[in-house]
Amino acid sequence: MSVNIHIKNAVKRFGNNTIIPDLSLDVQEGEFFTLLGPSGCGKTTLLRMIAGFNTIEGGDFYFNEKRINDLDPAKRNIGMVFQNYAIFPHLTVRKNVAFGLKNKKFPKDQIEELTDKFMKLVHVDEYANRIPERLSGGQQQRVALARALVIAPDVLLMDEPLSNLDAKLRVEMRGVIKKIHSDVGITTIYVTHDQEEAMAVSDRIAVMNEGEIQHIGSPKNVYQRPANVFVASFIGRTNMLKAELVIKAKKPYLCLPGGFEINIEGVKSEHMNDMDVQVSIRPEEFVLYDENEPGLKGTVTDNIFLGLNTHYNVTLATGEEVEIIQESSIQSTIEKGMKVSLQIKKEKINIFTADGSENILLGVKNDKKE
Amino acid sequence: MNQLRRKSKLEIWNLIAYLIVALYLIFLIFPLIKILRSSLDMPDGTRSLGNFKRFFSDPYYFKTLVNSFQVSIVVTFFSLILGVPLAYFYNMYQMKGKKFLQVVIILCSMSAPFIGAYSWILVLGRNGVITRFLESIFHFTMPNIYGFKGIVISLTSRLFPMVFLYTSGALKSIDNSLIEASQNLGIKGVKMFFKVIVPLCMPSILAASLIVFMRALADFGTPLMIGEGFRTFPVEIYNAYVGEVGQNFGFAAAISIVAISITAIVFLIQKWATSKFSFTINAMHTIESKKAKPGLNVFIHFYSYLLVSVAMLPQVYLWYTSFKNTSKSGNVFIDGYSLMSYREVMKRGLDTSIRNTAVVGFLAVAIILILAIFVSYLVVRRRSFKSQLIDTMSMIPYVLPGSVVGIALISSFNTKPLILTGTVAIIVISMVIRRIPYTIRSSVAILGQIPISMEEAAISLGSNKIKTFFGITVPMMGNGIISGALLSWVTIITELSTSIILYTAKSQTLTVFTYVFVSRGSDGQAAAVATVLSLFTIISLTVFMLFSKDKDVTM
Ligand SMILES: Nc1ncnc2c1ncn2[C@@H]1O[C@H](COP(=O)(O)OP(=O)(O)O)[C@@H](O)[C@H]1O
Ligand SMILES: [Mg+2]
Repeated sequence: MSVNIHIKNAVKRFGNNTIIPDLSLDVQEGEFFTLLGPSGCGKTTLLRMIAGFNTIEGGDFYFNEKRINDLDPAKRNIGMVFQNYAIFPHLTVRKNVAFGLKNKKFPKDQIEELTDKFMKLVHVDEYANRIPERLSGGQQQRVALARALVIAPDVLLMDEPLSNLDAKLRVEMRGVIKKIHSDVGITTIYVTHDQEEAMAVSDRIAVMNEGEIQHIGSPKNVYQRPANVFVASFIGRTNMLKAELVIKAKKPYLCLPGGFEINIEGVKSEHMNDMDVQVSIRPEEFVLYDENEPGLKGTVTDNIFLGLNTHYNVTLATGEEVEIIQESSIQSTIEKGMKVSLQIKKEKINIFTADGSENILLGVKNDKKE
Repeated sequence: MNQLRRKSKLEIWNLIAYLIVALYLIFLIFPLIKILRSSLDMPDGTRSLGNFKRFFSDPYYFKTLVNSFQVSIVVTFFSLILGVPLAYFYNMYQMKGKKFLQVVIILCSMSAPFIGAYSWILVLGRNGVITRFLESIFHFTMPNIYGFKGIVISLTSRLFPMVFLYTSGALKSIDNSLIEASQNLGIKGVKMFFKVIVPLCMPSILAASLIVFMRALADFGTPLMIGEGFRTFPVEIYNAYVGEVGQNFGFAAAISIVAISITAIVFLIQKWATSKFSFTINAMHTIESKKAKPGLNVFIHFYSYLLVSVAMLPQVYLWYTSFKNTSKSGNVFIDGYSLMSYREVMKRGLDTSIRNTAVVGFLAVAIILILAIFVSYLVVRRRSFKSQLIDTMSMIPYVLPGSVVGIALISSFNTKPLILTGTVAIIVISMVIRRIPYTIRSSVAILGQIPISMEEAAISLGSNKIKTFFGITVPMMGNGIISGALLSWVTIITELSTSIILYTAKSQTLTVFTYVFVSRGSDGQAAAVATVLSLFTIISLTVFMLFSKDKDVTM
């Protein structure tokens, strides 16, 4: 039985240190919800508040209509997967998986049956009677997953479950996690600092910084229409340039360094006035042209051929450095020292107020609650 | 309501914390205060600092301090000189019979100190086998072993294993690439030993020297046995207590206070030094022992086996004498071999001593284990003022010489409401007090290594706190704690300085029993009991080795 999770004005302090000043969010029933943010921003802290391992200094936490602030962690019916797996080293794989069922006093035959089922689900059934020490990291993580899921928890919490695995296993295991989630359909909160991992598994992502939610949205939305400069630069790579918004005959124009000007669309009406702005242009949103074409003028300072794509570093005439990714073409790569013109896929770029706090374009979908 | 609920949940741990604080107050703090007060009691019934004045102004007593420091410095020096190279050879080069060497080295360090000293007397004393041999064949009179020389020889042969163990631990944590790098830079052999190895092991060598120093300073059995006119202050405490010239309790208490102060200072220096000079080295690839060049190979084998044999042989000789026939009185060995010494000690209560030793050891270890597990949990997982207090109190016995513990307990529990003198219980308590800091320290370290997420995982799977503690935390601490407990066991069964003060005929242990025969001059019977004790020790160590597999031995 899955639940929705409702957090209202949560506050967390360690001593005099306020880690989470005021945080609210809703997670839908059955949703795969990810907390994404740089290390130290409070993701683990929030997750442990939900699990009941951290005290709550303020606010309310609900599973459906039930307030859980003071509920014993053992009674919250949560499945938890830890960064270090936390597999009990003195118990066999089978006993690890059966641990929660025993505590819930399930009848013996049912324990056996469920344990078998979940060990099969995560493909560790062949190691059932082994001591976990001899399992690989990926296998241990599967055991942890089975152990958390077998008790049919209302909520599954995972704290950077893949960060101790090597790159290849990480990709494989995130597929496993995603697949199991869609099979079991359980409300899941997943913590990671890896934005690519977050995009690969999540229904929605909450981007956090310094204990505050910046943006809650689908991976596509968070990437394409980030709510502010922090989100734009944390999710994926981007070039931030200073520019000016100029309104001419009620139409918005973006005036980029070096005087290159483009007309743009979709500026929110309240921002339709002349002002300084920050522009986020992702490497793939530039197009390289011959220096005689119109565009941002610059000089190629480096090129890296990576097969599918070629990466360029370009120093603009105004001194800023930008990164550009182009699909590799059969023609020769543009050499270092060549002068180029950069044009922009203007429907894809994002424009922010000068202080970076708000995206002035339409189309930002932010479920963050004020 | 909320607050109340939270409180009641923690209550069981609060209760345990209060209980432990109470135990410490009754059995540690109270006796110490008692000693402190007694130190002011003058023989004429007045109270003053006179006992301290007497100790520091009378050269006869003050000399004992100077003597103790002399012994400790010299023993530390020799232990380093012998132990560091041994550890270096042992870990850097391939050697024959490594396992055997290690077992013997540990055994050397584990035997009761006074038995060690006693076996040296059997070999090199006035009537020693080597002394007599040299005299009868070469008419050569050995220099006298009693006094300073004897103490140094006996203590060094017992304490150099400490240096070996600590240095080995450090060497094992050195990454092989550091050795290779220095060889690349052209630094090899002796130069590498002094320029690379010694500096890298310095923190451990330092820690080992301070421990050796402490042990030598506080050792009681050795100077008692072999010191003769050479007086050291642990023996002086005992003498003042049992009273060669009439018991003077106040004076014994005053020397105890001086002794505690000195060991406390050494202990603080040790803590400061180890924190200042420690650095962590992470070995990805531990040192591989190489084959030594032929010349060196002969030398390292010769050195290691000679050192270990010299340290061990007196004890082997002691075992041997236990099978020799003795005169009727038991004081003189005569020709022929039999089990007569064993039969004799059986008649006089060997079985009671064995039973007492086993009971004391078993009870003490069980109590130590339980207390250490609870204390480490409180200290690591439930930081609070109470747990800090317990942590601090649990360190105090580090600086209490054994005889001080004995005197403190006997003076505190010889009157109502709690009379324990003469019971086995008081010996158990004293052993718990003496060993508990070591077990607590190692339990705290072990628990500190266990991520809290293990317990959280169990709780999130519906296990309650008590079940989690006994089902997850304790079993995970298991192996480390058990090997610690076995070491405590060995130390307890070989202990003399406290039990010699606390024992009565009913409660005497194997060490005390041995001592009784030694002091009567019944060498054969003393040897028989000592051999039984060695057997106990060897069995315990074997079990320990099986338990800790190839983990390091630390004490
Ligand atoms: N038990 C604690 N006591 C004090 N500060 C803590 C504790 N746990 C976490 N913090 C602090 O809270 C902040 C957020 O930590 P955390 O939630 O672990 O970050 P994240 O998981 O996002 O990397 C950090 O600054 C960390 O130092
Ligand atoms: Mg974290």
